[in-house]
Amino acid sequence: MSDVSLTVNGRNVKASVEDRTLLVHFLREHVGLTGTHVGCDTSQCGACIVHVDGKAVKSCTMLAAQASGSTVVTIEGLANGAELHPVQAAFKENHGLQCGFCTPGMIMSATDMIRRYPEGLDEATVRAELEGNICRCTGYHNIVKAILAASQAMSKAGKGKAKKAA
Amino acid sequence: MGMEGIGARVARKEDKRFITGGGRYVDDMVVPGMKHAAFVRSPYAHADIKKIDVKKAQGMPGVIGVLTGKELKADGIGNLICGWMIHSKDGSPMKMGAWSPLAVDRVRYVGDAVVIVVADTKGEARDAAEAVEITYKERKAVTDAAEALKSGAPQLHPEAEGNLIFDWEIGDAKATDEAIRQAAHVTRMSIVNNRLVPNAMEPRAALGHYDNGEDHFTCWTTSQNPHVARLVMSAFYNVAPENKLRVIAPDVGGGFGSKIFIYPEEIICLWASKRTGVPVKWVADRTESFLTDAHGRDHHTTVEMAFDKDNRITGFKVDTIANLGAYMSLFSSSVPTYLYATLLSGQYNIPAIHANVRTVYTNTAPVDAYRGAGRPEATYVVERTMETAARELGISPAELRRKNFITQFPHQTPVIMCYDAGDYSASLDAAMKAADYAGFAKRKAAAAKKGLLRGIGMSCYIEACGIAPSAAVGSLGAGVGLWESAEVRVNAVGTIEVLTGSHSHGQGHETTFAQLVSERFGLPIDQISIVHGDTDKVQMGMGTYGSRSGAVGMSAIVKALDKVEAKAKKIAAHLLEADEGDIVIENGALKVAGTDKNVPWFQMALASYTAHNLPGGMEPGLKETAFYDPTNFTFPAGCYICEVEVDPDTGKTQIVQFVAADDFGNIINPMIVEGQVHGGIAQGVGQALLEGAHYDAASGQLLTASFMDYTMPRADDLPSFQVSTSNTPCPGNPLGMKGCGEAGAIGSPPAVINAITDAIGNNKLTMPATPQTVWAAIQAKH
Repeated sequence: MSDVSLTVNGRNVKASVEDRTLLVHFLREHVGLTGTHVGCDTSQCGACIVHVDGKAVKSCTMLAAQASGSTVVTIEGLANGAELHPVQAAFKENHGLQCGFCTPGMIMSATDMIRRYPEGLDEATVRAELEGNICRCTGYHNIVKAILAASQAMSKAGKGKAKKAA
Repeated sequence: MGMEGIGARVARKEDKRFITGGGRYVDDMVVPGMKHAAFVRSPYAHADIKKIDVKKAQGMPGVIGVLTGKELKADGIGNLICGWMIHSKDGSPMKMGAWSPLAVDRVRYVGDAVVIVVADTKGEARDAAEAVEITYKERKAVTDAAEALKSGAPQLHPEAEGNLIFDWEIGDAKATDEAIRQAAHVTRMSIVNNRLVPNAMEPRAALGHYDNGEDHFTCWTTSQNPHVARLVMSAFYNVAPENKLRVIAPDVGGGFGSKIFIYPEEIICLWASKRTGVPVKWVADRTESFLTDAHGRDHHTTVEMAFDKDNRITGFKVDTIANLGAYMSLFSSSVPTYLYATLLSGQYNIPAIHANVRTVYTNTAPVDAYRGAGRPEATYVVERTMETAARELGISPAELRRKNFITQFPHQTPVIMCYDAGDYSASLDAAMKAADYAGFAKRKAAAAKKGLLRGIGMSCYIEACGIAPSAAVGSLGAGVGLWESAEVRVNAVGTIEVLTGSHSHGQGHETTFAQLVSERFGLPIDQISIVHGDTDKVQMGMGTYGSRSGAVGMSAIVKALDKVEAKAKKIAAHLLEADEGDIVIENGALKVAGTDKNVPWFQMALASYTAHNLPGGMEPGLKETAFYDPTNFTFPAGCYICEVEVDPDTGKTQIVQFVAADDFGNIINPMIVEGQVHGGIAQGVGQALLEGAHYDAASGQLLTASFMDYTMPRADDLPSFQVSTSNTPCPGNPLGMKGCGEAGAIGSPPAVINAITDAIGNNKLTMPATPQTVWAAIQAKH
């Protein structure tokens, strides 16, 4: 068994888990945050993406024990209370989701992408950067549109908001 | 009403939970005392089970139960069935082999379930599953349908001699042969429609809970049609009578057809819950999904299309072999027959058509409906043939199509369908304009300067949605009716719940269905809730597939709304001391037309429940139910144009433009309709360029059983799409809707392949047109 202690969405979480427990299973089954999804076994689909210490990470590729001591933000922790994060708002506004299963990973991935391109994004870059996320519903058209809109909204809103996204 | 009614581009009500992590999928469900299941599956494509030893597994940590097919049979659980009867042309019924939820004597494909292990944790269940010892005697396997038909091929089921399930035909063989004999030109082709894996992003899952005290089962399952699941599990699999079985399909993460069918796992989880005394949850991992979700397509077809000297089609002869896998899945027989051959007339006036379809058992996963289900296969056959014919005849593909378009409606084809409305030239014109078809030669020349081969291809598809009427599909062999139900409950304060038998797994029903009600009564959509996916809440329904939820599901709601409106007007007339015929509903109030006398909607609703002052003899309350059975199929149609650049050195294809011009009839929410088209096109482009399920012919192993090996379309494989609609309302239903869910996947594959073959100058190209395939086709030309 491994003792893990980490901060998840601003709360300290401690647990003793089987050594083989992946971060995604820890979040879903031990912390009860089921917004992070498992869509494949091979770290291809990105439905499990969360932020670990400010970076997008596929939580199915990381053991819970490896994440011990880290600060983790999941889809449940992205909004500022009742106020949606600009990326969340852009996904809704631009119909960037259908069944919703890949959406948490898409949004966490997009938030990190926008942080890494503070100067802004273009369509080709967004499409290339989405390489680690699979969506079967939208054909990506509106996801790309949503990310470009969010990137623009966040650069307009200034660096303060862009930083919070991380 | 404007802002939120019919035609408004309303953002989706359901989105908030999905973008904040609040979606509730089956794997998110937790029941007190719940335990976890793992399946032991066959590693062989074809083998006899000689011995199953579960002793070691039973002793593993955390193990609660290890159960086999013998115990399942002993408890009277039935075999899985196919619910659509097809008769061969000799009149004999289709030859359905037995499919036990857990294999007893023989396994027939890699992934066939043999044993279920229930344990405290998912990890422990998997550990114990690995400790189950099964002795197999391997048999020879066959994975290709044409091979399976040959004499001496391994035989799968004693019921189906020569692995032939049925040999079916439609149309007039004599007239078609005669047309071919007399033709000025005949285009002949051999066409393969590649096998696909649907791959909804949410893997299949089931949670079975037997409540001993109540003698009652609850099943949470990833289903597109929970009521059909309950009906079939009760009537055929003997899980429990319907009143003792509740099926809940909560948020479902995509279906694309693959979640229509009843699979072994949900049956087994329910049964295992009773056997072990604990709630049992199973969630597929992705490789399990690849191995056991029903696959799609897998047709081998030869065609002959006859033309007269004026380039008019005079006959079309089609011969298809369809691979149905190791067992007949729930609707598998309907896909290569009534959902396929009945669309072989395409958008064209074809006086004589004949199709022969043989379906075949092979040692592969069951094959059933996948987005489009039969119609993509038909469209691919028709539109590849038309494009090829145009090249052979030396006329433009658009002209050949236009010359043969059906222009008078209704139009009775020689293959059952009666097209009710359409304007195929309008879609073709719209697509050609949007694609700047006329400017293609310039773009081709510019690409050539960069050393790239540029090509353009089109596809004019037609499909049939809203499958119905029930009596008609019944006469064609369907085991169920294909109506839909709706219940509209007006609460005492005037808010509304709509209970529907349709199921939303990405389509946005919670928004579009509310828009329909908003339009009618002038209420904001946040005062209207849509309830679906639970057999305890919704009495009965047929679910969502075949692009039916608009044309059929919403029509049922319209019928219920009609009844609510009639009663509401009666109450309002009574309260306002006016004539019922003078009452109109505007902006959330019932008014006496031409006066300022009115009663707000909520006051009318309250009056219906206080019942202090109702018209004499009227029952209190305001709740109405309706069942709607369509009068005909609907016929969405359109034109897709794809433009590609191929790098001759690598064979890599880049889609540089994709234009869709669809006719979906009337539209409730254009934003959602566009989203459906985008997603469909992505799946169609995936089929054309990237996706293909491959079995090793010798061992029967699925070689493409993960996202590492099966290429799913990613964002940088696709362009942004140019979509538009030019709509002719459907005369067959009250809303004039046709359906938009499958069009993209139906219309796009031939457009892509027509474009690539145009670019490379070699018409012999199979899907998926991977760089290797395209490069080889370029080389073969030289």
